[in-house]
Formats: sequence, C-alpha cells, structure tokens
Amino acid sequence: MSEEHRPDREFGFHTRSIHAGARPDPTTGARAIPIFQTTSYVFEDPESAAAYFNLQEYGNTYSRIMNPTVAAFEERLSNLEGGIGAVAFASGLAAQSSALFTLLAPGDHVVASAALYGGTVTQLKHLERKLSLDVTFVDPDRPQNWADAVREETKLLFGETIGNPGGNVLDIEVIANIAHDAGAPLLVDNTFATPWLCRPLDWGADIVVHSATKFLGGHGTSIGGAVVDAGEFDWSNGRFPIIAEPSPAYHGLAFHETFGTYGYLMKLRAETLRDLGGAMSPFNAFLFLQGIETLGLRMDRHVGNARTIAEWLSERDDVTQVRYPGLAGSKYGELVAKYLPRGAGAVFCFDLDGGREAGQDFIRGVRLFSHLANVGDAKSLIIHPASTTHRQLTDDELAAAGIGPGTIRLSIGLEDAQDLLWDLEQGFAQIG
Amino acid sequence: MAEIENMEVWQDPETIQTILHNAQTVAIVGLSSNPLRASNFVGFYARRHGYRVIPVNPRETEVFGERSWPSLSEIPEPVDVVDVFRAPDAVPGIVEESIAINAKALWLQFGVIHEEAATEARTAGIDVVMDRCLKIEHARYIGRMHVLGFNTNTLSARREAPA
Ligand SMILES: Cc1ncc(COP(=O)(O)O)c(C=O)c1O
Repeated sequence: MSEEHRPDREFGFHTRSIHAGARPDPTTGARAIPIFQTTSYVFEDPESAAAYFNLQEYGNTYSRIMNPTVAAFEERLSNLEGGIGAVAFASGLAAQSSALFTLLAPGDHVVASAALYGGTVTQLKHLERKLSLDVTFVDPDRPQNWADAVREETKLLFGETIGNPGGNVLDIEVIANIAHDAGAPLLVDNTFATPWLCRPLDWGADIVVHSATKFLGGHGTSIGGAVVDAGEFDWSNGRFPIIAEPSPAYHGLAFHETFGTYGYLMKLRAETLRDLGGAMSPFNAFLFLQGIETLGLRMDRHVGNARTIAEWLSERDDVTQVRYPGLAGSKYGELVAKYLPRGAGAVFCFDLDGGREAGQDFIRGVRLFSHLANVGDAKSLIIHPASTTHRQLTDDELAAAGIGPGTIRLSIGLEDAQDLLWDLEQGFAQIG
Repeated sequence: MAEIENMEVWQDPETIQTILHNAQTVAIVGLSSNPLRASNFVGFYARRHGYRVIPVNPRETEVFGERSWPSLSEIPEPVDVVDVFRAPDAVPGIVEESIAINAKALWLQFGVIHEEAATEARTAGIDVVMDRCLKIEHARYIGRMHVLGFNTNTLSARREAPA
C-alpha cells in the first residue's frame, strides 16, 4: 500500500481546497489540472466499454456524463462540504432542477423557503406546473411553519443557508429534524455561505446545491453549479420508489440496492445528467478549481469587508435599515453564532431613506461598485432591485418580496474597505 | 436497518485497505447470476481487478463460468475474504463457517449488519468490515471512483504510474 494513500490524517480546509481531487496527471506529470477538452474517450477494449456503460466499472465514456477536469471539481467540492460525492452542472439552476428531477415524481409535495433566491422560486413554480408537483412556500424563520406545511406526500424540504437577498439564516439542524421525521431529505442551497462559512451536511442536511458562479469561482467569469450528497438519507424507507425500485430508464437497475449510499448520485449522473444534459464545461471546471484554491482566504476577506461596510451603513441617518445577519443585534444573531461563526457572508441589502428615485440616484453616484445582476465576485457589486430585477412589481408586491423601493443590494468584494466606503459616500452624495 | 453506535470501528480505512491489498481469493456468499443484482456487480468488478471470485449460492450452479458452491465449507481451496450478500440473520452461521475454513477477512455488504456475529469473527482473529461495499472501497483506494466525482478522501501530490 502506498504510504500517501493512508487516510490517517485529517487534512485542513485550505490543504483540501488546493489538493482534493487534484492528483498529478499520471501520463504527463502536469501539476495543474489539465483542461480535458474532449467530448469522448477511447475504450481499452469492447469489454471495458460495456462495463462502463453498464456502470459495472468506473470509467469515462462521454463528456456530457463525466469529464476528468469536471470530476476534479466535483471531488474537491464534495470533500470540502463533507459529502460522499458531487455531480457538476452547467449552472446553479441546472444543478437544482436536476437534483429535484432525480428524487421527485408527479404528485409529490415540496416545502420550500419563501425567502429563496427569486430565480429558484420561479424555477420551483415552473417545475410545479410542468411536473405536476405541489410546492408550499413558507416563511423560513419559524421552524413551526415548516412542520405545519409537511404532509404525507412531502418528499423534500428546500432552504438556503443564507437567503438571497433577505439574509434569513436557516436553522438547519431543526429543519433537518423536521424533514427526517417526515421521511424526507433536506436540501440546502449553500451558495452564499460556501463550505468555509458553513457545512450544512454537518448539521443534518442531506443534499447541498451550489451556484459555483458565485463565491466558489469567485471572479465573475463562469456559470456553473453542483449537487453534493451526504450519503446519509435512507432512500429505501418506502417513500422513494423512484430511487429504490428498478429503473426503466436504466434497463431495470435498482440504484439504491446496487450502489447503496451512492445510489442517489449515480442516478443523478447516469440518468438525469445523461438525459437532461446540463453538463459543466471542462474549461469552467478548471476556473472553479482555481477559484476554490483560495476559497477560505477570499471568504475571510469578503466577510471582513462586508462587516466593516454593514457597520458603517448602520450608523448613518440616511439609512433606515441594514439587513446583514452578522450585525450586532440582528434577529439572526444566535443562528449566526451557531452556523456561521466565521461570518454571515458578504451579500446584504440596506434601505435608503427615500423611494425608487433615491435608489437610482445612489447607483448613479458610485463608480467602484459594478452595477450588475450577480453576487460573489472579487469585485464589489451593486443593484437596485426596484428598478431592475423587480421592476414590474408595485410597492405592495415589493413589500411582500421583502424589498422596499429604496432597497439596495450589495455584494462586497475584495477591494480595500476604505475605498468601498469612499465609493458608497459618493452614492449618498448623489441623492443629495 | 439496525442502528449501531460505533459503526466506524467496523469501517476502519486501514483494515479496508489491508484486506483489499492482500486478498487474492474472494468467496461471495449470495452471488447471483442476474447482472442487475448488486452481488453480480461486485463479483464482476472484483474479477476485472484480478481477484479470484468463488460463488457461494445453493440456488446457482455457475456464475461467471465458475462453479457455485452450496456453502463455504465445501470450497476446496483457501479463501481470503468472505463477502456477504445475505440477510443479517444468516451472518452467525457464515461466521462459524468462516472460522472453520480459516478465512482471513469477513466483509459484510451494505445493510448486512450483525454486531454480535461480527464481534465473534473478530475475536477469532478475522478482520471484519461491515455495512460497506467491497467494490466501492476498492474503487476509492485503488480504482477509479474519482472519475465519477466521488470523494475518495485521498490526497497526494505524488505522480503515480499511468493506469
Ligand atoms: C442563492 C442562489 N442560488 C442559485 C442561483 C442560481 O445560480 P446560477 O445563476 O449559477 O444558475 C443563484 C444565482 O443568482 C443564487 O444567488
């Protein structure tokens, strides 16, 4: 047995961020992960080809289903999240829809946080219509709301570690218990926290999804996503025949029996990714791998800057509210202490004293903050929801979405905090 | 499924790797000739990776072209690993036979959980792995599980020989 393969050392987060999944290439010795820009792979012989397609052996067939660069990203992310494996997708939303498609059947019921990212809410409503699902959205802050919404057909609970953009912090352990009492898994979108700030699987969540587009990539270059499985959920509990029973889409294979704890991920890859096709590109996987190498370092700086700016904003008279869960006195204080001891992320909203006009003027005033619809970049980002993403809504509808006419969302980057404060000051000056 | 307090003691990575590296002959109890069954997946894989697989199943005559024996005691050659795909209540009998034939290791697949019998085997000097899949553990440490994005939990900056 080769000495270096003895898993007798628990390596630290930064070591794993750099090394997990990244073996030196055995053929060339390349130290950086090669970008395997290939559609397909030559088989050793007909027996091997058959074994790969039958899933009797682990091997590469076609890059819609697997690719060595993408696999390195998958292994690294699952290692950091404490999962048994991951499947990468072309976007965060592709990861979510595929995660759901793999475990839900028509007639199933989902309980989801009403504070989820707007694109996720839209996706769930769309899937609800097209796949004959039923989704109940609940105010995530009261665990009782989740418990009350659960019923016999409930097959999934779905929340975000830190809500976008409201900053709601999920009581993961409590909601996981509610899910498990109902015989359903808890799926958590960990995009805003990343595994450096929180590992939902450690608190009982069963599946984690990511938009790698954000902090994992970290530089605003690539769209991607992933599903990570804890391997803890018992799919043979009688409520998930879609995973436990022989699959007509894979010549009668029973994924749970054959692959045990790996059954969900095998089905997610060999059926859902194969058939729906939202594969991550190898080049994007390379950029995500590079991003993850500095994940912990970057997140600490994102969080430090965010805290400085949130505190500065909260002391201003022309700001009516700062919704950063990491601020002293936040109603999420206890949950942040428990789940996010290193910091409550770097995306938050604040409310200007003044309506839509003030919001737009503020945007006109800044010049370091980029005015765009994304978060989780090294660059600081700003958006005024009432005049962009939520433009069609009336003030009442905005209020229901937790957004005011003067709400500004910031994604704090890695610049010097003093420069960011200087820039925000220019926004305030523009309102006059 | 039976809940066991200290399942980790039956899933020790060192023990798993020692078994996988040293074994040559694996007797699979409950090996099915149906290519969709988990036992067949494991047997097929083990053969591809150079292990000699001996079927043990009174309901089969032959699997992978190898004669299937009705019980462990009838196998006319030494067995390194006894790999079990049977209901948990069959485990005590299998442990007795494993001790009798001097097997070096007992491997209980996913869901094959029987702590007393496993303890008895260990007391008799047999290495035991419980509620783990031989194919997956092999693929993790020696094979290629990483090509499908699984977390092998192995880190190395050394260059290995091409496969
Ligand atoms: C929390 C959260 N989840 C999921 C997504 C969707 O990810 P993607 O844009 O990569 O599809 C986003 C994107 O804004 C997000 O903020």
